[in-house]
Amino acid sequence: MKAFKSLNGLVCPLDRANVDTDAIIPKQFLKSIKRSGFGPYLFDEWRYEDFGEPGMDCSTRPLKKDFVLNQPRYAGAQVLLARDNFGCGSSREHAPWAIEDYGFRVVIAPSFADIFFSNCYKNGVLPIVLPADVVDKLFKECAAKEGYKLDVNLEAQKVTTPSGESFAFDITPHRKHCMLNGLDEIGLTLQHADEIKAFEAKHKAVQPWLFA
Amino acid sequence: MAGKTLYDKLWESHVVREESDGTCLLYIDRHLMHEVTSPQAFEGLRLAGRKAWRSSSVVANPDHNTPTDHWDEGIKDPVSRLQVETLDANIKDFGALVYFPFKHANQGIIHVIGPENGTTLPGMTVVCGDSHTSTHGAFGALAYGIGTSEVEHVLATQTLVSKPSKRMLVKVDGKVSPGVTAKDIALAIIGRIGTAGGTGYAIEFGGSAIRDLSVEGRMTLCNMTIEAGARAGIVAPDDKTAAYLKGRTYAPQAADWDKAVAYWKTLHSDADAVFDSVVELDAAQIEPQVTWGTSPEQVLPVGGRVPDPARETDAQKRDGIARALQYMGLTADTPIQDIQVDKVFIGSCTNSRIEDLRAAAQFTRGKKKAANVKLVLVVPGSGQVKRQAEAEGLDKIFIEAGFEWREPGCSMCLAMNADRLAPGERCASTSNRNFEGRQGAGGRTHLVSPEMAAAAAIAGHFVDIRTI
Repeated sequence: MKAFKSLNGLVCPLDRANVDTDAIIPKQFLKSIKRSGFGPYLFDEWRYEDFGEPGMDCSTRPLKKDFVLNQPRYAGAQVLLARDNFGCGSSREHAPWAIEDYGFRVVIAPSFADIFFSNCYKNGVLPIVLPADVVDKLFKECAAKEGYKLDVNLEAQKVTTPSGESFAFDITPHRKHCMLNGLDEIGLTLQHADEIKAFEAKHKAVQPWLFA
Repeated sequence: MAGKTLYDKLWESHVVREESDGTCLLYIDRHLMHEVTSPQAFEGLRLAGRKAWRSSSVVANPDHNTPTDHWDEGIKDPVSRLQVETLDANIKDFGALVYFPFKHANQGIIHVIGPENGTTLPGMTVVCGDSHTSTHGAFGALAYGIGTSEVEHVLATQTLVSKPSKRMLVKVDGKVSPGVTAKDIALAIIGRIGTAGGTGYAIEFGGSAIRDLSVEGRMTLCNMTIEAGARAGIVAPDDKTAAYLKGRTYAPQAADWDKAVAYWKTLHSDADAVFDSVVELDAAQIEPQVTWGTSPEQVLPVGGRVPDPARETDAQKRDGIARALQYMGLTADTPIQDIQVDKVFIGSCTNSRIEDLRAAAQFTRGKKKAANVKLVLVVPGSGQVKRQAEAEGLDKIFIEAGFEWREPGCSMCLAMNADRLAPGERCASTSNRNFEGRQGAGGRTHLVSPEMAAAAAIAGHFVDIRTI
């Protein structure tokens, strides 16, 4: 996994609540057996006029010009600013894969759906929960100023606006440690293999039918 | 000290170790798998030179990409076919307790075949790279959906790194009126708490109306928990649960059966258990439900009218309603029962079990689909469900009504195979999500119970099944 320490990145605002994973990456792209290459299809139905299919060359597809990702001022954005319940719906990890592959490393919202939230951490995408009034303020500032950037510092757990205003965010120590160091969680868990084996033996003695 | 919730008991009985920040290593008993969310996990294992920790925990089969007709022609889409063949190869290399390849007599939707083969049991932890894993909570199992990185983590370590959720009790007391199903209870709950109402929680469903539900009804209810934002939904096991499981292939046998049943009796929330949140519904007040928008929380009783955004005071919600009406091609204040449908889908991990098909058949028998309805797909949840339905003659009832009787799979719930809506088409669907494009780009989905879907197919528009 890619490590994440800090970034100063252009912000792209996606001003709608309950953005679901079917919208983030439509189902036809889930047929891929790879982890990469989903970025061009991120928000496919909102982004393109035509119907997207896996393997399509997106550089020649007709764009829905009003959609934020298609507006030149947001080209190269690394911070996605979103509304409540971002990432609701399915467990498809293709959603954070598409977000990361597009170039976003941070998603800020007042709330996230649980599975999406957890999937982000596994892929070097930092999901940040900030209070709804703060997110609202960031939306307004972003709309008012072209080239609006946010400074995101994971070590300090702080988001800082261009005017210097800072907002703290929460993250569990375990997730922070893994993100900062880009750690392979499986490798970490396997350091406790003996404990897992001991638990398994005990569990089997109590409920042998689980191991049929 | 307060008693424990069922969730606490399930959680605590699976903790391998706990870090100082409360992060736990949780042991996983059952790992369900399908072709869409697993290939990258197996690839990860191969790249790191890792083995599967306990392949006998794996129950797998392809379901999302498989066609529901012309099985003799195989899977025509080469991209879909590769994904299904990749699962075949991965199971061959890494092993599984149960694997039903494409066209196997028992193949079906993973959340249907798990329980019907007795591989989902009370007290288990059950995971799958699929958000509708919550279905298995109907048995008093802690069951939830995970991402592909977690699929790899479970394969390699038999554990997940996780922190416990908050606990919510949704209590539904009283008797539902005839024609009101588990699906309507689920949609009414989502209508009440919203699609983010359960975020951060595991929901236990309790109350007399839940006890009254059959095990299959509880599966429908728990299946929809994720649409309320909660990863896991649980119903405490009882005599119905044990009766459902007894004799199934992988259920405990012989002396283990009595021991297992005795253990399952301890799986309930203690009388003095404390929940972080409690929501109460009166079953008698719940009516047949129909979603009108593009989120499961945009739902109304069948007697309702589509909302007018002008009457919404919250700006965010007003925009959401206006956007949904536009996408759905509906005008404010239209009575739900005036909405005509183009297609009907009866199936999915929410509503494709034998009781669902019986219920749909009851409103179909001796009737014909309406002329304006182009297609009615009836897709059983598994080969076993299909055979049972055919033994009862349900297939004939559907075929005589002009419906199509198909092979099992996920089908038009998410339209990864050829079954899908064309842009602008409107569908009465027994599935679980009415998101934009879910059943096909530009398609318009209204979520309903199997009874309501069958009745809409016959009438050509939504009807209140209590008046039939």
